[in-house]
Amino acid sequence: MSALIAEHGPLWGFFLGVGQILAILVMLLLTLAFILLFDRKVWAAVMLRKGPNVVGPFGLLQSFSDFLKFVLKEIVIPAGANKTVFILAPLITFVLACIAWAVVPFAEGWVIADLNVGILYIFAISSLGVYGIIMGGWASNSKYPFLGGLRSAAQMVSYEVSIGFVIITVLLLAGSMNLTTIVNAQQEGIWRWHAFAWPTIFVMLPMFVIFFVSALAETNRPPFDLPEAESELVAGYQVEYSATPYLLFMIGEYLNIVLMCAMMAILFLGGWHLPWGPVPAGYEFLGFIVFYVKIWVLFFLFAMVKALVPRYRYDQLMRLGWKIFLPTSLAAVALIAGWVAYGRPTLIGGGS
Amino acid sequence: MTLAAIAFYALAAIAIASAFAVIAARNPVHSVLFLILTFFSAAGLFVLMGAEFLAMLLVVVYVGAVAVLFLFVVMMLDVDFVELKQGFLNYLPIGALVAVALFAELGLVASAAAQAEAARPAIALNEQAAVTNAEAIGRVLYTQHLLLFQLAGLVLLVAMIGAIVLTLRHRPGVKRQDVARQVGRRRAQGVELKDVRPGQGLRERV
Repeated sequence: MSALIAEHGPLWGFFLGVGQILAILVMLLLTLAFILLFDRKVWAAVMLRKGPNVVGPFGLLQSFSDFLKFVLKEIVIPAGANKTVFILAPLITFVLACIAWAVVPFAEGWVIADLNVGILYIFAISSLGVYGIIMGGWASNSKYPFLGGLRSAAQMVSYEVSIGFVIITVLLLAGSMNLTTIVNAQQEGIWRWHAFAWPTIFVMLPMFVIFFVSALAETNRPPFDLPEAESELVAGYQVEYSATPYLLFMIGEYLNIVLMCAMMAILFLGGWHLPWGPVPAGYEFLGFIVFYVKIWVLFFLFAMVKALVPRYRYDQLMRLGWKIFLPTSLAAVALIAGWVAYGRPTLIGGGS
Repeated sequence: MTLAAIAFYALAAIAIASAFAVIAARNPVHSVLFLILTFFSAAGLFVLMGAEFLAMLLVVVYVGAVAVLFLFVVMMLDVDFVELKQGFLNYLPIGALVAVALFAELGLVASAAAQAEAARPAIALNEQAAVTNAEAIGRVLYTQHLLLFQLAGLVLLVAMIGAIVLTLRHRPGVKRQDVARQVGRRRAQGVELKDVRPGQGLRERV
């Protein structure tokens, strides 16, 4: 925003900045409405059902009718609940899910805050996401939500560790923590994308898989949706929530899922660049479309996993996080660091 | 007053107020939540000083990991808060003494640093090479203070091993999951197909 203020003066620069933020928020929420429907449609298709198909053509307006239903219902706060924390929890989830998008570059230069530590910022914000859930679970003053909150806290803290190490491997390869720089380090094409670049593919492709699985666990998606496992905990931390607070929880959850898809596209799949080369300057909109398509393809994977894989047992979840992913990603960090320091030809890559 | 000054005063006020609320709150869970707010405001102050890397680390490490564990423990505690409050006046003199000593030390360090401009080398390094925060810290940590850095890591490792040694007990009679056996189990070991004749059922086993 400071660049806008410098260019257009304090007043108009400020309004332009706020306008950009609003535009991105509206775009995100619209995307969310259709990605929710897409999720349900994919799930239904796998089960040979039709999915939502009543509201609007092909059920396209289903999410909007759901939205209206949530907003118009009465907000029920349990008598024994800690009211402030109870209301604060969904707000925190929603706000954190939104502000993480501030540093996501949608195309060359299409980013609200081009931070030098952008990836660290996203990591920090997503590590805060656990508070909404744990606060909601505690404030409900009920056993199922509390157990759900505790489970989710343990789960998210565990998988953040391996996500952090996977991010470090990408940072080492790109030589920067700025998301735009990371994307531009992969601009030449699919053979430079961090997931597929030649000799490092043996390490980075498994890292991509680890990031994907950890992202599933981090966002409480099936098969790692133990915090809200309906067969044991009813709906986990969301049991006591209704109407708009529940809606905020759900929007926050899905925003985080889409954010994880965006992160995978940026870190491993070349961001807004085409598989056969960079998007030329002046074609930012094309870059945005490419990025958008990548997010949808990755979300399709998320939806398919939800439809196909049965839920993990809790001890298996912890074992996978601490005993398999953590050592593997740690070894990968050592390997990639060695490759960057000693093996990589000096001509290639955006290293410092 | 510039925007940065407004932001500084707002963040500092929130940090101090929530730090006070940490010790004033009746409910320990509220205390931890206020502590988190304090950390977060402190991270904001770091950003204002241009130390964005430190700010992010503060959020990731303290807010994202340490405070979650605090919250975890405090939530599961079953303590009588009224009883906890009773000894408050007895501890007040010692607590006040510690607070005064801490404050005096802080003042000493701050004034000494202001006099000797001890913080100059790090800042100069940053400005001179026009490197980012993270790079400047990396250079200082991994070149000038490599030995100390590694020793600090070793201290943490020893602490971790100590905690594990103190708490790890192999109790008899505890059922454990043997994942290798569970994964290695084949269909033939778990399922047996029987041809059940109508009206007769299975004779040999119930």
